[in-house]
Amino acid sequence: MTDATHSSPRSINPFAGLMSGTVGPVIVVVLVILAIWYISAVALNTPFQKGLYERASRTDVPVSQLITDTLAQERPVLPAPHQVIVEIWKTTVQKKITSKRSLVFHTGITLSSTLLGFLLGTTLGILLSIGIVHSRVLDKSLMPWVISSQTIPILAIAPMIIVVLNAVGISGLLPKAMISTYLSFFPVTVGMVKGLRSPEVIHMDLMHTYSASRIQAFWKLRLPYAVPYLFTSMKIGMAASLVGAIVGELPTGAVAGLGARLLAGSYYGQTVQIWSALLMAAFLAGSLVALIGVLEKITLKRMGMAR
Amino acid sequence: MTTVAASKRGFDIPALLAWFIVAMVMVGLFMPIFSPDIGVMDVPRLSICLVILAIAGVRYELGFMRNWIGDLILGLVTAIAAWLLISTVSDHAGEAALGFWALMAATWAASWLFVERLAIWKSSSPLAARLINLAIPTLFGFTLLVLWQLIVVGAGVPKVLLPAPSEIWIRLTTSVPILWADFQQTFLKAVLAGYFIGCGSAFVVAILVDRVPFLRRGLLPIGNLVSALPIIGVAPIMVMWFGFDWPSKAAVVIIMTFFPMLVNTVSGLAASDAMQRDLMRTYASSYWQTLFKLRLPMAMPFIFNALKINSTLALIGAIVAEFFGTPIVGMGFRISTEVGRLNVDMVWAEIAVAALAGSLFYGVVAMLERAVTFWHPSMRT
Repeated sequence: MTDATHSSPRSINPFAGLMSGTVGPVIVVVLVILAIWYISAVALNTPFQKGLYERASRTDVPVSQLITDTLAQERPVLPAPHQVIVEIWKTTVQKKITSKRSLVFHTGITLSSTLLGFLLGTTLGILLSIGIVHSRVLDKSLMPWVISSQTIPILAIAPMIIVVLNAVGISGLLPKAMISTYLSFFPVTVGMVKGLRSPEVIHMDLMHTYSASRIQAFWKLRLPYAVPYLFTSMKIGMAASLVGAIVGELPTGAVAGLGARLLAGSYYGQTVQIWSALLMAAFLAGSLVALIGVLEKITLKRMGMAR
Repeated sequence: MTTVAASKRGFDIPALLAWFIVAMVMVGLFMPIFSPDIGVMDVPRLSICLVILAIAGVRYELGFMRNWIGDLILGLVTAIAAWLLISTVSDHAGEAALGFWALMAATWAASWLFVERLAIWKSSSPLAARLINLAIPTLFGFTLLVLWQLIVVGAGVPKVLLPAPSEIWIRLTTSVPILWADFQQTFLKAVLAGYFIGCGSAFVVAILVDRVPFLRRGLLPIGNLVSALPIIGVAPIMVMWFGFDWPSKAAVVIIMTFFPMLVNTVSGLAASDAMQRDLMRTYASSYWQTLFKLRLPMAMPFIFNALKINSTLALIGAIVAEFFGTPIVGMGFRISTEVGRLNVDMVWAEIAVAALAGSLFYGVVAMLERAVTFWHPSMRT
């Protein structure tokens, strides 16, 4: 490991510069993953394609023909990457946003409940952490339950929450957002408790010498200290609340949202549709987390805490 | 610091709570307890409850017996009051009126006061301190259960919406064979198999990745990205590939547990500092000796962190994967079908089993961690 870092600057290979950073290796790994994807797509789709040939009684099919056919099936076991990309292109750019077949429409629905749940969860988490940091009883009684609340597989009861709330008349965005809230409040609570406790004793003592009240100490010392922790846990919370929103959409009878697309795809064997919804969800998660990362950078820079 | 802050705050919560108890008791005395105009004096058990709560509140307010005996009596009074309330409300389901809610609030405040007093107990022995630290969250949980029971029965919440804990308990005890079969299918087969294969393979890959710096630089950013993705979405694909039985669920669990384990193990293997590695080199130790004697032990806190995260992820993955297709047994299957039949108490029983299994799983991993990383600063208490 140390050898590599020593040798790379001296090398005259033009690729060495590229490969010693992270960009080069990441590109290589992504390409390898794509290659594996294509190969396994061919391998997994071949039996079905051979069956087709047999029924059409075509015996002498060249290998190149077989490969192109396996990569262009209607309902492949594993769709090739380009099929998924084409499907995404078709359902995002070439469809109207208001159309029920538009992936943008479904993504928007998932996004809205994710964001609502995330906001609620972050608020709840911050409030809980403030209570826990300032009250000994809350710390002792609530904190263990906050932790054990996550061992309850809430995702498992997500369908029930939705169905039950629907029966009472609460439907639409809120039930899904509640599941996202439940999933996203935990990382924020734990992170913020840690963050609000991170000022050193010496700093707290300084606030005492200023005769600062607890509220002043909170706004002027504890909260600024907790901001980096807040952003880190918000990233985790955002990813968790997207998962919550997607699972929350499963039982709504496959109406709308990325989760509904997944479920509909699995009912009708539309693998390309499943994969496109999956990639879209991945893209959504990545961009949301990146967005928080950008916000983090800006905020920390303005607060003079940028590393 | 805490004492200064407490005195500066100007009000103390215990006194406020005691006043609240007295006020609520007064409300309970003069307002109807159950809806068709039943006063507290018509229900002897509730009058007892009211009297003991009033005595407890006034006693604290007057500063009488503010020591551990008084606190224990307060706890006893709270428990009796809660039991009296629960046993009375079952005869008047759905008829609770203002007075009843006031008594419930008084009981709740009494239990809070008890916990508040418990939290400032000074204990001499570490064992007693640990017991108190265990008792406080347990009491909190019990309080929540009692409140749940009282509110659901008292307000007559429809069973479809939220069953009372007692109903869930009855369902849990009467349908043990079904729950056990589901538990076997989901937990013992899918979760455990997936968890061990996923974590094990990620561990091996992590050591491989650590040996090849190129892979580390290329795989780690992708691993970090993937851990933020909603991996649970692969569940329908896995069900399509591996069929309805447990292997497809185990596959989902493998994928879900793989990346957290990979990322954590790799960063754990980098946790030893250059000084320690140099020391190993002066001992002329080989790569494997350094790995086993220095770097793996140093990585253990990280690895156990991943194992703990994965213990809850695995259960979630297996249950959600069952929503996409399953044989007629399994926790996820039971939850989705019983929701359809509006047998909500069965669903809650299943959730209780899942929560218990998840907590135990987590607890076992945490105990293993305690045994393996006893040297770590966070374990020295």
